[in-house]
Amino acid sequence: QNDGYRSVCLSGHVGFDTLPDQLVIKSIKQGFCFNILCIGETGSGKSTLINSLFNISFDDSISSHFHPNVRLKAQTYELQESNVCLKLTVVSTVGFGDQLNKEDSYQPIVDYIDAQFEAYLQEELKIKRSLFSYRDTRIHVCLYIISPTGHSLKTLDLLTMKSLDSKVNIIPIIGKADSISKTELQKFKNNLIAELVSNGVQIYQFPTDDEAVSQINTIMNGHLPFAVVGSTEEVKIGNKMVKARQYPWGIVQVENENHCDFVKLREMLICTNMEDLREQTHRCHYELYRSCRLQEMGFRDIDPENKPVSLQEAYEAKRREFYLGLQRKEEEMRQKFVQKVKEKEAVLKEAEQQVQAKFEHLTLMRKEEKLKLEKKRKALEDEITQFNAKKASAELLQRQANLSTPASLKKEKDRK
Amino acid sequence: PCAGPVESKNEAAMSELVPETRQKPVVPMKPMGINANLLGYIGIDTIIEQMRKKTMKTGFDFNIMVVGQSGLGKSTLVNTLFKSQVSRKSSGWNREEKIPKTVEIKAIGHVIEEGGVKMKLTVIDTPGFGDQINNENCWEPIEKYINEQYEKFLKEEVNIARKKRIPDTRVHCCLYFISPTGHSLRPLDLEFMKHLSKVVNIIPVIAKADTMTLEEKTEFKQRVRKELEVNGIEFYPQKEFDEDLEDKTENDKIRQESMPFAVVGSDKEYQVNGKRVLGRKTPWGIIEVENLTHCEFALLRDFVIRTHLQDLKEVTHNIHYETYRAKRLNDNGGLPPMTVETEENHESNL
Repeated sequence: QNDGYRSVCLSGHVGFDTLPDQLVIKSIKQGFCFNILCIGETGSGKSTLINSLFNISFDDSISSHFHPNVRLKAQTYELQESNVCLKLTVVSTVGFGDQLNKEDSYQPIVDYIDAQFEAYLQEELKIKRSLFSYRDTRIHVCLYIISPTGHSLKTLDLLTMKSLDSKVNIIPIIGKADSISKTELQKFKNNLIAELVSNGVQIYQFPTDDEAVSQINTIMNGHLPFAVVGSTEEVKIGNKMVKARQYPWGIVQVENENHCDFVKLREMLICTNMEDLREQTHRCHYELYRSCRLQEMGFRDIDPENKPVSLQEAYEAKRREFYLGLQRKEEEMRQKFVQKVKEKEAVLKEAEQQVQAKFEHLTLMRKEEKLKLEKKRKALEDEITQFNAKKASAELLQRQANLSTPASLKKEKDRK
Repeated sequence: PCAGPVESKNEAAMSELVPETRQKPVVPMKPMGINANLLGYIGIDTIIEQMRKKTMKTGFDFNIMVVGQSGLGKSTLVNTLFKSQVSRKSSGWNREEKIPKTVEIKAIGHVIEEGGVKMKLTVIDTPGFGDQINNENCWEPIEKYINEQYEKFLKEEVNIARKKRIPDTRVHCCLYFISPTGHSLRPLDLEFMKHLSKVVNIIPVIAKADTMTLEEKTEFKQRVRKELEVNGIEFYPQKEFDEDLEDKTENDKIRQESMPFAVVGSDKEYQVNGKRVLGRKTPWGIIEVENLTHCEFALLRDFVIRTHLQDLKEVTHNIHYETYRAKRLNDNGGLPPMTVETEENHESNL
């Protein structure tokens, strides 16, 4: 049992029995966190139950029945009792059970739970990680509120619980249990448990391996599902103010164990098994998620030749693959770029040629024009020369005529 | 390729979470900061008891390594610390002091119980350290052993189907024995501590302190502290890991006044003033090991076991191990892939 370690007796007080205290001091410094998921139909008493359990005010508004799909609403509280600081996160469904078609109602819930596991896994896989200061958002417990019909589970309940039982610790609860009589209640509980068992739904069992708590836990396991009544209003009973619901026919006291199982739930959930719930979430549900996810991503512990594969080698292989892929893409893009450049060059060259051709054409035209004009000018010059010649000869003739006529002679004498 | 950045969004309180697809992690909401005035007792503080019960049930592992030249009283001190015959020499081994030719690493495991707390204690001895003619690089086998334990843990952690509780063989604390020369540290001491203070928690102790007077002791300790500081050697408790002011004040006092602890070890009992005490009998008197006016053994014991044991383990896990892991996974740079020796060096006494 001690794997080969020898037991040795101490001859005096050493002092390592303070170890649990040292651990506790450190944990107190760090603080604790607890995340509850509350699933139940609208109006099943989720908010009131949470408020009663933790004396807080979670969403006092009245919810509508007309949400098109199921959503989740979350809120975080910092609670302190003596020197313990607890970061409590309550996640509640909104619109659960209201839609006409409820086939996908459970999906948002499953997705949310998986997302918290994924976030933790991503942190765990980081190279530089800080797990000890990580704000754990994984759901530690799921309180599933069953409607107090008195008969059996609804199909939606079975479907939802079946899809969640390997991902989260489920504690089934009968809500608004003040509408069921004591005799009806036991029969109802038996039916519920029988149905859960026959459908293979794994609900959370309070642990019975630790002698200190095994007795009380075994008894409590027999009381599941807890039939609870919640209330944040107080009524005076005797000389005390107690949480209760007042009816014309009597007062239902929340913390009276004869009236409902509220106290049992609080005992089990908080005072006895909170740490175990957290541990189960981490050691079982998270590990299951992790191993499925890693296998999905292609990692294996044993390779096809049945030899152990180190995750590091697998990392390396994946990284190489990834880089090769990147290189390929880079190469592709480079080719495309080169191609585009070539095409553009061709286009430009053609344009250049066109422009050149046009230029030559225009030059040619200009030459021709010039020639034409030259010709015309020559012709014009010839005309002018001809005309001048004509003019010269005409003037000459006229002068000769003037010289030979007396009139012209007289005119010349007079002039003289 | 598998690690992606976790996006941090600060959403207002009362946010309605749109359930995201599996690939994007949904991030926690900003706390409302309501310090709910608790009208009635809820029972949250019982979680301390629950935690305590659980840890007592699972028990603790503690691995302590002793390093120092032969004859400095390492085995005796460890036996004195744990008030039992837990060292290698006492566990039925050859009592002949054959100094090995190289540094060997010998680990012995025991189970001890006190006050309902079960502890798996492993004492790792390093015979041959500093005893050769040429002691260059004699810390290498030790560094190798320490890294091998980190490697073992990493391999387990990284499996797809992992054990519920990964066996922890990592060295949580390394007691380094300084010779009580009264002058200063030796080059070997400085070299060892320089190299190893980065991978493991080192607690320097001055061995066989009964050879120094009170004044000599104080002076020597001051000189040693100065030398360690000058050489940039961060011994445990390291300044950079002080978590808050409270830690810092407490640890400052220890770092600047008490350490290195000047110790004397013994597993023999004598009668002094009507009480049976652990001590060493000399012609000039009986040195009481647990008497604070005689030596600082009790300080060391309280420090290592009664107050800082859990912290030693946490610093090893959260800091030294993480540093090793980051180096290892980062492009294989910094550390060569290594083969892990499994059961060869770990001996148990049956």
